Amino acid sequence: MDIISAFNYPVYLAIFICIYGCLAIGLNVQWGFAGLFNAGIAGFFAVGAYTTSILTSSDLPDRLGGFDLPVPVGILGAMILSGIVAWPVGKICLRFRGDYLAIVTIGFAEVVRLVVRSEHWLTGSTSGISNVPRPFGNLPYTQAQIAYLALTGGILFVAYLLIECQSVSPWGRIMRAIRDNEGAAAAMGKNIPFRRLQAFILGATLMGLGGALYAHLNRGVTPDAIDPMIASFLIWIMVILGGSGNNRGVLLGVMIVWIIWSASELMTDQLPTEIALQAKYGRIFLIGLMLQIVLRFRPEGLLPEPLSELRIRENKDSPPRDTVS
Amino acid sequence: MFNLIAGAFPCSSGRFMFDANDVTALTTDQRFHKGIVRTFQIPREFQSLTVIENLMMVPPKQAGESLLRNWLTPRVTAVSERQTYQRACEVLDFLELTHVSHERAGRLSGGQKKLLELGRTMMTKAKLVLLDEPAAGVNRTLLRKLEDKISYLNKECGYTFILIEHDMEMIQKLCNRVICMAEGKVLIEGNFQTVRSDPRVLEAYLGEPQAVKA
Repeated sequence: MDIISAFNYPVYLAIFICIYGCLAIGLNVQWGFAGLFNAGIAGFFAVGAYTTSILTSSDLPDRLGGFDLPVPVGILGAMILSGIVAWPVGKICLRFRGDYLAIVTIGFAEVVRLVVRSEHWLTGSTSGISNVPRPFGNLPYTQAQIAYLALTGGILFVAYLLIECQSVSPWGRIMRAIRDNEGAAAAMGKNIPFRRLQAFILGATLMGLGGALYAHLNRGVTPDAIDPMIASFLIWIMVILGGSGNNRGVLLGVMIVWIIWSASELMTDQLPTEIALQAKYGRIFLIGLMLQIVLRFRPEGLLPEPLSELRIRENKDSPPRDTVS
Repeated sequence: MFNLIAGAFPCSSGRFMFDANDVTALTTDQRFHKGIVRTFQIPREFQSLTVIENLMMVPPKQAGESLLRNWLTPRVTAVSERQTYQRACEVLDFLELTHVSHERAGRLSGGQKKLLELGRTMMTKAKLVLLDEPAAGVNRTLLRKLEDKISYLNKECGYTFILIEHDMEMIQKLCNRVICMAEGKVLIEGNFQTVRSDPRVLEAYLGEPQAVKA
């Protein structure tokens, strides 16, 4: 049993990598493909986490929800509601470009955070929502962790495949074209506001998914989880460091940043209390320093955006697939 | 002027008729679907896309432009992509850009970018093509090539062109009707010879002739 429990920490780490992977791929759709500077990831993360918590937790007298629904329904509901919330937010915010979009999306995330903090009937305010069911929660701890890792890993893999499929398709091509030059894309007959909104909603859905997985992992969610430092800016660092526009690069970024972030917490916890507090800020410094180094020496990220391999080109050399089958 | 025709700026007054339809209220992308396609004076290529992708993104209503269809019927997308790819290859052959088809468009020379802009207009069924100073920044040899392409497209493919240009040779070679504008007004309209010999044009572009004192 001891050998298995030695795996506890890496498994715990890997679960978080999968959860943040969903957030980072969502951001990659928005920033890497469509060039939307969304700095309000935490907002959609919160919508996802709270939606599934309300849908799947058991009943409580002074609070809305406790519908006791199955977990998949909760996760799906979280994704759908994040998308629905992204629609008006995108409608309004996407009129802004670049830095201004970042400002209004930060504003959105803060609004969500404040609502979550103060609306007791909906979110249980500061105490949050607890009794959220956890898939495989009845198993012993280690097995439950491994099972949950398999679940999140599977979900992340599916999300990756679905987004990668869009990335190499004409849809991804349009998004990159809009990112490169909006005016020219409009002159080529592409409906810019609609396309930007599409990318924004798709990305938000994945962020909601990340939030939902987080809530089920912790059997609940509190407003502290919606810390913009982690849920927004750490994700940004992961995407930029890994290579925006490249899904594999983004996942690599998630791994590197999260392992450093998490392992450095282990180390600072070993320190005597008086230094430990300062060392916490050292971790933030470390991540910042790494971002600086990457931006200085590899501004396009560790794995830059590839020249899109055309599916056609693969098909051209080999006989067309239709005649083979 | 082109920004008005293509719909990048709203009209403050007046109406814009195209093919007997009022298109004043339409946006740039809606006008594209009516057949009005423009190019830019300073080329606006999609720099991180390859040259061939720059062309392949143009055709309207591609199957793979819809998220759901990409997920549910990838084969339809693949077939449509193959056709688009074929078409793009033809256009690149025509423009003699095949050797750079898999380069990032941002790395092309100025003249090649101009050709690419022309190529984008060929990826759709355009009726009216607006060329904004196609000769600006293009070297002479390439310019002759460009002229040939434009007149071929006009005669063989039935495109109508509107050309903004300062290069007199090019205008002489390509244009049936010439409109000379100064300070937002039409000075004169007619064929190349009449416009060129008109004293008002010279005055507008070279200044008033000095009165010669006897």
